[in-house]
Parts: sequence; C-alpha cells; structure tokens
Amino acid sequence: MSYMVGLKCRECGRVYPKEVIFVCEFCFGGVEVDYDYDAIRRVFTKAALANRPKSIWRYRELLPIEGEPTVGLFSGFTPLFRAERLAEVLGVEELYIKDDSVSHPSLSFKDRVVSVALSRAKELDFDTVACASTGNLANSVAALSARAGLKRYIFIPADLEMGKIVASLIYHPTLVAVEGTYDEVNRLCAEIGAKYPWAFVNINIRPYYAEGSKTYGFEIAEQLGWRVPQHVVVPAAGGSLITKIGKAFKELKLLGLLDEVHTKLHCAQATGCAPIVTAIKAKSDIIKPVKPSTIAKSLAIGNPADGFYATRVVLDSGGSAESASDDEIAEAMKLLAETEGVFTETAGGVTLAVAKKLIEQGVIPRDESIVVCITGNGLKTQEPLMNRLGQAARIRPTLASFESELASQLADAPTRR
Amino acid sequence: MAVTVRIPTPLQRLTNGQAEVQCTGRTVNELLSDLEKRYPGVKERLCDEQGKLRRFVNIFVNEEDIRFLQGDQTAVKDGDDVSIIPAIAGGGVGLLC
Repeated sequence: MSYMVGLKCRECGRVYPKEVIFVCEFCFGGVEVDYDYDAIRRVFTKAALANRPKSIWRYRELLPIEGEPTVGLFSGFTPLFRAERLAEVLGVEELYIKDDSVSHPSLSFKDRVVSVALSRAKELDFDTVACASTGNLANSVAALSARAGLKRYIFIPADLEMGKIVASLIYHPTLVAVEGTYDEVNRLCAEIGAKYPWAFVNINIRPYYAEGSKTYGFEIAEQLGWRVPQHVVVPAAGGSLITKIGKAFKELKLLGLLDEVHTKLHCAQATGCAPIVTAIKAKSDIIKPVKPSTIAKSLAIGNPADGFYATRVVLDSGGSAESASDDEIAEAMKLLAETEGVFTETAGGVTLAVAKKLIEQGVIPRDESIVVCITGNGLKTQEPLMNRLGQAARIRPTLASFESELASQLADAPTRR
Repeated sequence: MAVTVRIPTPLQRLTNGQAEVQCTGRTVNELLSDLEKRYPGVKERLCDEQGKLRRFVNIFVNEEDIRFLQGDQTAVKDGDDVSIIPAIAGGGVGLLC
C-alpha cells in the first residue's frame, strides 16, 4: 500500500503524477512528494512502529515507493547515543551523537537516500542508475546498485580522497573522474541525463531520493523516546539533509507522534565553502555561489541545490549557522575520536567544530539538549590527518626495547611484581 | 538596435520556437513587459502574481546575474545580451529544459 499521492511544486503548488519529474514545468521550482497524511495517520503509530525492522523502512508510509522496498533493507537506524565525555569537554549538559559513520552498507548517511532512490528507480523501470557525487553518494550508489543488479555510472570530481575512490571502484561501477569542481560535475550530469535515459539519483529522481534524508530526523525523534532536542547541528553541502530533518519533525508532529517541536536547526559548513552559512548570517534567501577550497571535500558544493530551502528552514526554526576552518575541522575530528570513540570524516569535523563554536558563542545554551549529526566515516578521508596525529612508537620485538622507548609513560605504571 | 534576449527551451513555445528575440526597454523589468507584449504569456512564467521574478528563474545581463546587480531594475542598453536561464533545483543550470 502506498500513501504517495503525487508530486507537487514547492513554489507554485502545481501537481504532477508520480513520474520522473524534478522541476515544475510552469515556474521551474523544485517538486516534492505529496502524501495522503490522513490515511497515514491511521496506521503510522508509535505502537505499530515498535515491532518493525530497525531500518529506514520502518517509516515506509512516509517514503516515496509504491510497493515493497527492494534496495537498502539494512540501511538506517544507526546509533544515537549520549556523549557524556564530549559533553564534559564542551561544558554542556545534554549532548547526543547521531552516528551515521556506521551506516550500512557504505558508511555514510547517503545510504538512506540511495536506498529510497534505487527502490524507486526500479519501480520506474530504470535499468541504469547514475549520480554526481562528492564521494559518499558515489560509494553508496556503487554499493547498493551492485546488490540491486543495476548498471551504474558514477561521476566525481577528479581530486577526491583516495579512500572515496577505492570505496567506489571496489564495486566495479563505471567511475568517471571529471576534471573540475563538483558543481561542474553536476552541470555535466544534467547534460548527460538529458541525453541518456538513466536515473540520476540526485538530479532527475531527486524528489524521491531526497525524501530518504527524513529518516535521519525520524530516528533522532524515535531514539530520544519520541521527543526532539532543543538544538540539532547539521552539516550542509547541497542543503537537503537539514531541510529534510526539519520536514521529518514537522511530519511527526502532524501525525501526532510528537507534541511540540521547538528545535533550532543549526547549519554547519567549512569556511572554504560556506554559501548557505553566508546567506543565513545575512538573513538573506539569495545564495551566492562560491568556488570551494576546503579539506571537507564531501561538503564542497559551491552552488547548493537546496540552499534556499536550507536557509529558510534554519531561519524559520530560530537556528543559526557557522563555519569551521581546516584546522578546526581536523581538531574536532580528533576530539570526537578521543572522547567518544567515533572516527568521523572531515564533514563530521565540520559539524562538531561548528557545534563547539556555537556553544562558546552562547548561541546554543549550555543547559539545553543538543544532537550533533555525524554523517560519514573517517576511514574515507585520511589524507588531511596524516600530519596532524601522533606517531606509533616503533620498537624492536624485545621487552628492553619496549621499556626504553616508552620509559616516560612506564615510569609510574604499576607492574605485577 | 535592441536588446537580444535568449529564451530557454520550455518558453520557446511562446516565442514561436525562437531561441533569441529582440526587445526594447531601459531596465530588465521594462524588457520583460515588452517581451510580454510581443509574446503574451511569457511574463506569468517568469514572474509571480506580485510581478516579482520567480525564485528559480535566473536572468543574466551580459553574463552577470542580476541578483548581484540591481535586480529587475538593472539597466540595459541597445546591444546588451540578456539570458533567461531556469535554475533547476538539484541540477545546476537549466540544461535539461
């Protein structure tokens, strides 16, 4: 049973059938999936959800597929945990990490959107899928389309981290490294998509794809015991995730699963690529494109597709925006690892660095509840850490060598006799 | 002499299939009014009920986005090139149109 009614223009409200349409033919606005919320309200209850599988598909009434899900059956429902050691360092009372660095199968939140996009692409009879990606999306499309038996073309900027290239190539897609920025890759993909009948997950089937990000928000609410935090700090590249987290909370309230939603959404970007942050700080809805220069390559989108909507959702929530420098990003990656045992990628460093800044600035009060969104895994972005970490103590395989090399640490260590 | 206006594919039905048309006006706003006179129906696709340029319509005067000039009050003169390009949410510029 599907509760998806059709597609609707976010700007002028014109409605369209649930086909491969991603832009309003009349006013050129983006289109979004429309649901029958009255029918959903009757079946989408806390009790009904309690017994469902721990994946994104437990929220399937609010996801845009017609039949049974076919791709990404194990994606989602990643850990949300209280981060007490990190909270102590930051001087706050109630801090949580929502940890998509362990997302199945490709270790980033993109598994959520790709599971939805590919399930829908199969329903729409595509046999070939494609994407323009800063890395994580590439990994996820490569992995999930392999298991789904779809042909796949993946387009990335040529200068990506080795980890992200290897984690795409292993699934044997056609990987195309484009000599240019992500924005140029995206523009090229729009041209290719006009010529070849492929499902570009983040372009022509974007309305379906983007809905997958809502599950990140649903999970935050459900895992906190059907309540929402006072603050959520979210990284932004294209600006879709933060928009959809806002939508997720609104839908849960509309359906009666949340009483009140007073969550302030805070947007995190790298200083070297902060078009959305700049607009939010200026309280403007005009996004001025930039040329990215940051170690946070997964966030390096200079012309964000959902920048306008991200700006609006943040300002409407009473939230804020801040950016982090390369050094702050690397320090925050280390801090998260040292305090909470989570190795996140550079984007996670951006998010935590921004959360820290907003707390220090008093924008996020120290006694209010905070969720920090960790969306990717550090094993994929090792290059920027190479010269910023300590080194292993190198010794010969003898007790004497061990004790002489580590003499200072061992001076006060208790021994067995 | 007049201003050359480039029309995106989805609107070419209204301009009798022409990808480029000539219009006159001292500002972008006047150009759009002239465009509407010559090709009725074009303006409602580009502007909302209040006459404001729609959010996903980008207009460039000699390659410069008018949002960073004076908006629809940006001055134009004979010989200028004006491009109307729909920004596609999620797909960069309007190449798919």
